[in-house]
Amino acid sequence: MRKARTTCLLAALWLGAMLLPGHSARADAFADLASPQFGVVTAAISTLATSDDPQAGAALQALGERSLFAAPDGSVYIRHGENYVEARTGQPQVSVPEGLKPIRLNNRIRTALAGVQAGRDLLAPQPATRLRAADALYARHDPAMLPVVEHALAVEKDAAVRTRLAEVRAATILGQPPAPDALASRLEAVRALGAVGGAQARGILAGVAGSDAEAPAVRREAQAAVSRIDWHLRAWGVAQNAFYGLSYGSVLLLAATGLAITFGVMGVINMAHGEMMMIGAYVTWMVQQAIRASVPALEPVAILVAIPVAFVVCGALGILIERGLIRFLYGRPLETLLATWGLSLILQQAVRSIFGPTNIAVQTPGWLSGSVAVGGMDITLNRLAILVFAGLVLGGLMLVLRRTPLGLQMRAVTQNRRMAALMGIRTPRVDALAFGLGAGLAGLAGVAVSQIDNVSPNLGQSYIIDSFMVVVFGGVGNLWGTLAAALALGMGGKVLEPTIGAVSAKIAILVLVILYIQRHPRGMFPVRGRGVES
Amino acid sequence: MPVTLPHLSRRAFGRLALASSAAAVGGMWRTAPARAAAPTGEPIKVGILHSLSGTMAISETTLKDVMLMLIAEQNRKGGLLGRPLEAVVVDPASNWPLFAEKARQLLSVDKASAVFGCWTSVSRKSVLPVFEELNGILFYPVQYEGQECSRNIFYTGAAPNQQAIPAVDYLLSEDGGGAKRFALVGTDYVYPRTTNQILANYLKAKGIAEADIMVNYTPFGQSDWQTIVSQIKAFGSAGKKTAVVSTINGDANVPFYKELGNQGISATDIPVMAFSVGEEELAGMDTAPLVGQLAAWNYFESIDTPANTAFIKQWHEFTKNPKRTTNDPMEAHYIGFNMWVQAVTKAGTTDHDKVIDAMIGIRQPNLTGGVAEMLPDHHLTKPVYIGEIQDDGQFSVVWKTPALVPGQAWSPWVPETKDLIGDWRKPIACGNYNTVTKACLGHRHA
Repeated sequence: MRKARTTCLLAALWLGAMLLPGHSARADAFADLASPQFGVVTAAISTLATSDDPQAGAALQALGERSLFAAPDGSVYIRHGENYVEARTGQPQVSVPEGLKPIRLNNRIRTALAGVQAGRDLLAPQPATRLRAADALYARHDPAMLPVVEHALAVEKDAAVRTRLAEVRAATILGQPPAPDALASRLEAVRALGAVGGAQARGILAGVAGSDAEAPAVRREAQAAVSRIDWHLRAWGVAQNAFYGLSYGSVLLLAATGLAITFGVMGVINMAHGEMMMIGAYVTWMVQQAIRASVPALEPVAILVAIPVAFVVCGALGILIERGLIRFLYGRPLETLLATWGLSLILQQAVRSIFGPTNIAVQTPGWLSGSVAVGGMDITLNRLAILVFAGLVLGGLMLVLRRTPLGLQMRAVTQNRRMAALMGIRTPRVDALAFGLGAGLAGLAGVAVSQIDNVSPNLGQSYIIDSFMVVVFGGVGNLWGTLAAALALGMGGKVLEPTIGAVSAKIAILVLVILYIQRHPRGMFPVRGRGVES
Repeated sequence: MPVTLPHLSRRAFGRLALASSAAAVGGMWRTAPARAAAPTGEPIKVGILHSLSGTMAISETTLKDVMLMLIAEQNRKGGLLGRPLEAVVVDPASNWPLFAEKARQLLSVDKASAVFGCWTSVSRKSVLPVFEELNGILFYPVQYEGQECSRNIFYTGAAPNQQAIPAVDYLLSEDGGGAKRFALVGTDYVYPRTTNQILANYLKAKGIAEADIMVNYTPFGQSDWQTIVSQIKAFGSAGKKTAVVSTINGDANVPFYKELGNQGISATDIPVMAFSVGEEELAGMDTAPLVGQLAAWNYFESIDTPANTAFIKQWHEFTKNPKRTTNDPMEAHYIGFNMWVQAVTKAGTTDHDKVIDAMIGIRQPNLTGGVAEMLPDHHLTKPVYIGEIQDDGQFSVVWKTPALVPGQAWSPWVPETKDLIGDWRKPIACGNYNTVTKACLGHRHA
């Protein structure tokens, strides 16, 4: 009962606030929803939102969900599954006219509907819904909504929502054109927004500070608030950029760890490394498809299932390549380069022939989408996951190399092949397993990049150069070097990018790496010792 | 030949186009075994110069397929001048110098009567001298930056005034959100740079301040968009409605849109108007977070006309894949190919000079209910549509130009070319004629 009364009051306030045409003809508002002119539709939405017609809410909701249909004669229907209900009357329809078409939306309509929704949600029973509505209204700071916001503020009990609504009110007041008698309330609003901070508040305040119509006292206050917010934003900007650098570095690291084994440890110039990543990404897609077809409930964790599968598939493929091709070419780097390059073209074209040349859609599960706000930074979840994953992969690889018999044998074979063979190590088997490990790691990288990049037969090509650069820059044969180089290149790129642009940043990084490699041909962390000299 | 009959099949459109040849072919081709006399004699060779491998294969393979479909259909209808058409497919492998080599091979070894090909502007620029030297005919089906008008090239894609300018008009309009601030984001090569130069001048003429225009370029295949998206976000929080105009090319779009979604930027906050994102590119994306993002094209698969429905049906049957999408450059090849067929029929020969002269003024119904006309500057009249991405990976048309827009080879928004026109009819017969000094600048294309 109380809720009904507040809704009516809200509607009345709204009517007073929005002097839009078309209010009188409520009956036409339903037909107007089907108008080809978006301006008419927008007006119809405001009319319906403020009307007390019991069918209006359902019609607007249906419009937002694209289940509102218009007949050629102008009548409007809501579709529920297979059945239709006339929007105006709410009567179920046995037969509907021919040529029903869904009413199209555009951003203008979506924005208007979101405003209506937020206005309604301000009085929703759950505080979380009200808070979301307040957030939406803060972003819009639409002056026409001021009466609605003030009413909501008056009846709000929840402290957190109240605080947010006060901020919404401040932003909305500043959204209105300045009036001479509103000096005090505007000054107060400027102070309130200045305390909120953030890019949005800065935008509103900068508008106030730059407006000639504004009173000088308000402008001064706004200018001071903008400077304070700017300082704050800059500080957070540095932290944000550091995260971008870390994240970019972690992608480079993932792409390069496999190569650090095949090229770094074994000395094989493997140009097909990128294609192993590509195959890892395609395996991810196939695992997703298979799980969707068999156990749809497990779809959100398909990506986790794909991790071991991609490792095994790519690892096996790597062993096959080593046994079938690479082992005949040890000690002949130029032939290895050509053979693996040819292999990369074969793999690309094979994938292109089987899966088609176009991108395939690897799904990003819900828990990897979106971002969390940490202070003034946005941490995107997929990037964060890759950062953690890269750390785990590197840690796991270290463990394998240091703590397992295979790792011991690999290091022995790398340092002195003849001696290792004399000690009873089956060096060909170690070579095959090591190459398989490198390929499997590339497959893991493929799983990761399928979440941020597009998956097409060309995927590998965009990573191969960067991977080699990381391994060489870090020092061939040194995993810590690979880590350091990946982070250095990632950070370097992201520090330069905002100032000189992405293209120049890429060039600058390449030039710096070339200069560095000229001075230090063995990279940042050269492997020392007798084994290296031979 | 204005065609207004409502229920013409795509087949029938083709027949109208061929009215002068009076080939008596009836019915839908599915149900009809070859009823026309099988064409005999020396085949007419049609070159197809699209990358089937390398980075551009993703876009260009489809165009090769659509050409094969059009040629096969033409042969079923009795070929051309009573002779069969023969497709000569070469693979320039996304390698620009190789495009020039393959073009030379098509013209001097295979003696192709017409070549349909290229996607990127750089590939077109690299084959242009070959086509002029050997006097070939190239049909170029992709929207591009303009500022070129060769006698040997027919530009069946959009010029900037047929895509970029109307798209920005929409963003400036109330329906498009009334944007006051623009981020022009593109891949670093000739098409985005020229388009952005034109757009920046146009926006300034529309009263947008210099400070409200942000221009950003990225390398090909950019996959880490974190910094740029956060720059756009910051740029968009200045209290004015902001829109992004994207000339980002090819594969780089997927990570760009993913990053936008992850950083929580929706189309109602900052809409992105793309010039290189079509149905094909969306096929590899989860479009739910992209709903409402915009693209400007002269054709959308979702446009409901009898001709388009028939074309899509034919495409699905030809590729034996009911999920293959159609897109704007495919329509451009459809129009270009049928225009060439008309021109050859009109000229009665495949002689390059005669066909080039016959091309101007040819009218061919497009797939969206209008009629494309080949203009004297070798560009087409086209409708411009603005589509919003839907969650099913298709576009919903939210706006279209009231009339067909004639393509302009030279942009009036670039100071150096504002007085230039292309007119390959006699007596001007010039690709860059200065209307003020009444002089032809000769063979210069940029």
